[in-house]
Amino acid sequence: MAALLQRTTDTITRNQAELLSSWKSDLQNLGGYHNVKPEELAQQTVDFIRQLISGTADGSADINGPAWDGMRLYLEKLSRSRALLGMDSQQTAGFIFAIKRPLMALLQSEYANEPAVFAEQLWAVSELIDSLGLYTVRTFQKSREEVIKRQQEELLELSTPVVKLWDGVLALPMIGTLDSQRTQVVMESLLQRIVDTGSEIAIIDITGVPTVDTLVAQHLLKTVTAIRLMGADCIISGVRPQIAQTIVHLGLDLQGIVTKASLADALALALRRSGLTVTKAV
Amino acid sequence: MDRIPILRMGEFLLVTIQVDMHDQLAMTLQDDLAERISATSAKAVLIDISALDMVDSFIGRMIGTISGLSRIMDAETVVVGMQPAVAITLVELGLELPGVSTALNVERGMQLLRARVAAQ
Amino acid sequence: MIVRSSGSQPVRLEQDVVLARQTVRKLTQECAMRLIDQTKLVTAVSELARNTVVYGGGGDMDWQLIEDGTRVGVRLTFRDEGPGIADIKLAMTDGWTSGSGLGLGLTGAKRLVDEFELDSTVGAGTRITITRWT
Repeated sequence: MAALLQRTTDTITRNQAELLSSWKSDLQNLGGYHNVKPEELAQQTVDFIRQLISGTADGSADINGPAWDGMRLYLEKLSRSRALLGMDSQQTAGFIFAIKRPLMALLQSEYANEPAVFAEQLWAVSELIDSLGLYTVRTFQKSREEVIKRQQEELLELSTPVVKLWDGVLALPMIGTLDSQRTQVVMESLLQRIVDTGSEIAIIDITGVPTVDTLVAQHLLKTVTAIRLMGADCIISGVRPQIAQTIVHLGLDLQGIVTKASLADALALALRRSGLTVTKAV
Repeated sequence: MDRIPILRMGEFLLVTIQVDMHDQLAMTLQDDLAERISATSAKAVLIDISALDMVDSFIGRMIGTISGLSRIMDAETVVVGMQPAVAITLVELGLELPGVSTALNVERGMQLLRARVAAQ
Repeated sequence: MIVRSSGSQPVRLEQDVVLARQTVRKLTQECAMRLIDQTKLVTAVSELARNTVVYGGGGDMDWQLIEDGTRVGVRLTFRDEGPGIADIKLAMTDGWTSGSGLGLGLTGAKRLVDEFELDSTVGAGTRITITRWT
């Protein structure tokens, strides 16, 4: 990588006001930043140039080096704010790349009489801006992935309601296809609720589950065992014929596990175990 | 040497484990409990592990052994308050503690023990 | 993959097993691991650290806080210069033990982590690396 000359840094420092204004007007022509507040955008351009000057101060173009700590921090903050505004990676990186044209123009006038030096510095600056732009894209991507991950987790929790059927009786009605990650999250929240509410009986109702695979069936069995270790009991209700077949087929041992045909049967059993009877009031 | 205290309440012995146990401490507890059951003719032992954030195979084995030991010495044992994360980890580890009675908390554990002792 | 921080501590005495657990608990909290995953990793550490003390005659634990894309994780290496494991396949069988344990240490630890790597030479020592991601 071609080294940045001190003269280049000085040129940028000396002409920063001019650089700033032509960068800003280029950004305006590009458009696409209308949902960023103008004063915020202005502040971001000022900050970028300040970080650029401080980063190039010792001639280092390795943006992973300590001289660029401030710049990296700034870019991370920038990409995160762009990601939260719902902008795409092109708009985010385009913001950085837009400084190239004014920067090139600046270098051209500075090194007008030294084509060899100009070419070399042009290359160095161009590489630097490219790597800063790429860094922005990378952190932008990361912020987006974090947003997606968080939403997935929230969705998982939303889809797993643990309901209280009676004092000391919890039910977990499971609906839809179970994958092993979802099963795991659901089971964990059930276990936590058992502790929180001090419920001694938990009913896992799988009426709404079309099929189970080996992994999910194993998770179910592990959950039942974990519930027993915690000192509560578990009833599985709503086992459809196909699922019963799968479980037998897989050779899974259901011994010691109480199963009931329907949620109603399971609740009746739970009430009986709690020493309660339901009678018709006449 | 540090020890985990064993409290006596009538026919019951109570143990609350609140420290991050090293193996020797677990072995000492096991021996101490056997001694105390024999010395006090206790009918039941309650072990509260609600403060434990981890149970590995060594501590798991200690719990199983205490349970077996006390059964031979004519005392019931109940383990109470196992945290969900600990229970899931134990199952994953392959340690299902067969033959060990469990309860959600101290209160339920006492109820269970009283009922069992009365049934004898 | 980026290493955020790393360190090493001895695993020679029984008390060191407790210290190893505490170090790892702190690391898992630093990278905001879910409680259940914390517990699994700390339990695996307990098993492996005990093996290092009891069967390996003492050794060290190296820890790393690592980052790979959006994933953050804890990677631990247990090394000893003990007798080594003659039959790795046998040692990785549930219920098999050379000592007085339950034989769940190695296999159990493997089930509790995302990545498990075992390297052992008879007479030279054993090296086990485990990783758990958030």
